[in-house]
Amino acid sequence: MSAKPSFLQRIWPLLPGLAALLITTLLLVVMGTDPIDAYLAMWQGAFGSSARIYSVLAFLVPLLLAASGLLLTFKAGLWNIGIEGQIIMGAIAASWVALRVQLPAGLQIPLELLAAMAGGAVWALLAGVLKTRGGVHEIFGGLALNNLAILFTNYLIAGPWQPPEGGSFRGTQPFGAHALLPLFDNSRLSLLSLALAVLAFAGVALLLTNSHWGLRLKALGQNARSAFLLGVSSQRELLLAMALCGALAGLGGGVRVLSWFDSLRQSISGGIGYLALMVVLLAGFRLVLTPLVAFFFSAVLNGSITLQLRTQLHSALGDILTGVLVLLVLLFGNYTRVQRVVLRAAQAARRRLSDG
Amino acid sequence: MDSTQLIAILGSIVLQAAPLIIAVCGETISERAGVINLSMDGSLLLSALAGFVAALLTGSLLLGFLAAAAVGALFAAIVAFGSLHLRQNQVAIGFVLAMLGDSLSAFLGQSYTRLPGPSVPSWHIPLLKDIPVLGPIFFRQDAVVYFALLLVLVTWWFLFRTRAGLELRSAGERPEAAFSRGVAVRKLRYLYAILGGALVGMAGAAYSLSVKIGWAEGHTRGMGWIALAIVIFGGWSPVRGAIGALLFGATKALATLLQRSFPQVALVAFNAIPWLLMIVVLLLVSGKLAAPLLARAPAALRRPLRSLLQAAPPAALGQPLDES
Repeated sequence: MSAKPSFLQRIWPLLPGLAALLITTLLLVVMGTDPIDAYLAMWQGAFGSSARIYSVLAFLVPLLLAASGLLLTFKAGLWNIGIEGQIIMGAIAASWVALRVQLPAGLQIPLELLAAMAGGAVWALLAGVLKTRGGVHEIFGGLALNNLAILFTNYLIAGPWQPPEGGSFRGTQPFGAHALLPLFDNSRLSLLSLALAVLAFAGVALLLTNSHWGLRLKALGQNARSAFLLGVSSQRELLLAMALCGALAGLGGGVRVLSWFDSLRQSISGGIGYLALMVVLLAGFRLVLTPLVAFFFSAVLNGSITLQLRTQLHSALGDILTGVLVLLVLLFGNYTRVQRVVLRAAQAARRRLSDG
Repeated sequence: MDSTQLIAILGSIVLQAAPLIIAVCGETISERAGVINLSMDGSLLLSALAGFVAALLTGSLLLGFLAAAAVGALFAAIVAFGSLHLRQNQVAIGFVLAMLGDSLSAFLGQSYTRLPGPSVPSWHIPLLKDIPVLGPIFFRQDAVVYFALLLVLVTWWFLFRTRAGLELRSAGERPEAAFSRGVAVRKLRYLYAILGGALVGMAGAAYSLSVKIGWAEGHTRGMGWIALAIVIFGGWSPVRGAIGALLFGATKALATLLQRSFPQVALVAFNAIPWLLMIVVLLLVSGKLAAPLLARAPAALRRPLRSLLQAAPPAALGQPLDES
């Protein structure tokens, strides 16, 4: 292999992005929409005004919290798909405090956020114990718990927490002003939550790079059996990673009800957990890339909601753009692997030609 | 409830379970050969849409099923290529495809929502339909049900009674040994992953053209994950998997019945049943809980219980093999 990277190798990381854009452009053309108009609408939806940028940041907060948590569970070798349910249980726990408890101003919001973290952590531990004690793979335990959390939300909204004027099935009554996070400049963004998300990410980064525990987690993720032989108690580390991830996800759920919305709604998370999984996959589990990718996702999704309002095209277009990008990076991101496969195929073809 | 009502309910359980049975057989074939296709939830959604739209536009049910099978096969081919050639994680690729299939079906299906469309006609099998009890339950259905039932038998026979099935299983259990005995492991894995994916696609069309006719956003959402859990519950055997799918259908039917009799109990309690069941069932077959339970069972029951609950995945499931 040559020491100097070829031109192709240098532009390689850009190709998945271009291909993803090409695919969404094709979809837009098929749907009869001018792609340039559509991308312009998306750009304006994300960055067109300061209000839009605040909205992108507000959406980013729970996404970054969840993605930070997932860095821990992925490091331990766990597929915490249950993160969606952990966000929802955090939202429910925060809503419970907001609806049922009245405290002095300095205590109310901290208690709500703590409850949110506890709610997420409990739901994560449930998936963790199902795995360590029950032998149920975390993907399936997590998915079942996600759906149970969604059903629990619907039950609360339609039943015990329905607004006094009757159940609308859409949400609870708005919480009192004392229970809500202070918002920045009439937006949905709470600066406190943004600071918490940045802190959480920094904390996770420190844990993973500069702590003994991070090292043990890594050993566990890479090879559970040898970690066991080295005396790393796998169950305790796994459960701790799950609980921490669940707490961060739950905090994100709390932020959703206390600032993005002002009440518990039917699809309170709306897939942020799954999105966070995609963020971490696209970032390739790398610390530095995770917040950047999360910001990018948040911008694309906010943009595609504006696109839907303007053109009636389904906002899933944003999910398609990011989804294709993640898929292509997963498949073809590693240049040398792709090169090897292509070279081998060419070799085989040449052999076949000379034989025939 | 009289017996005709009961028979009608049992018949509807069989119908409801049919697409699940087809999907479970497909995924069982793929996993037995060593490839986990985790994309099933998205692949079912997109193939349900593709099947419905193709049948609507061409007026041909057959083309509908073929289009759906093509979508399922394409998803499986991507998973297979990513893991067998590019050496990437099967679970990650499958998960991303599951999400992508969901978004694609929501985006592309927007203008086909709640349209009336073609459906598979019911066709009663002569002679068999007159068998008491079994006739009305199994043989007064449509072609989708007969295909599902036949598929279970054919898959079981192929996997466990033919030479090709033995090679398939060896690719999933002992790929190195199989390879050294001249089995083209990678080729077989491609073949069976894609075949299994095509069956998953047909299961999608079975929903949109027979069991849950038409299209709406999220039409089959969740069923793919349930089917994946049933494959585990089925211990990677098509027959046990089919029983699992029927049990799942039965609990759903039971929930609907109970809800009618106890309207004061919240709807969510009944909707929660399948997911609670998923956890309980996976706990039972995991072995960690089953072993102490079995130890306490009466000696005469221990063996049949163990064979009922035992489920070990193919040893090389999800692992690539270097053939060069």
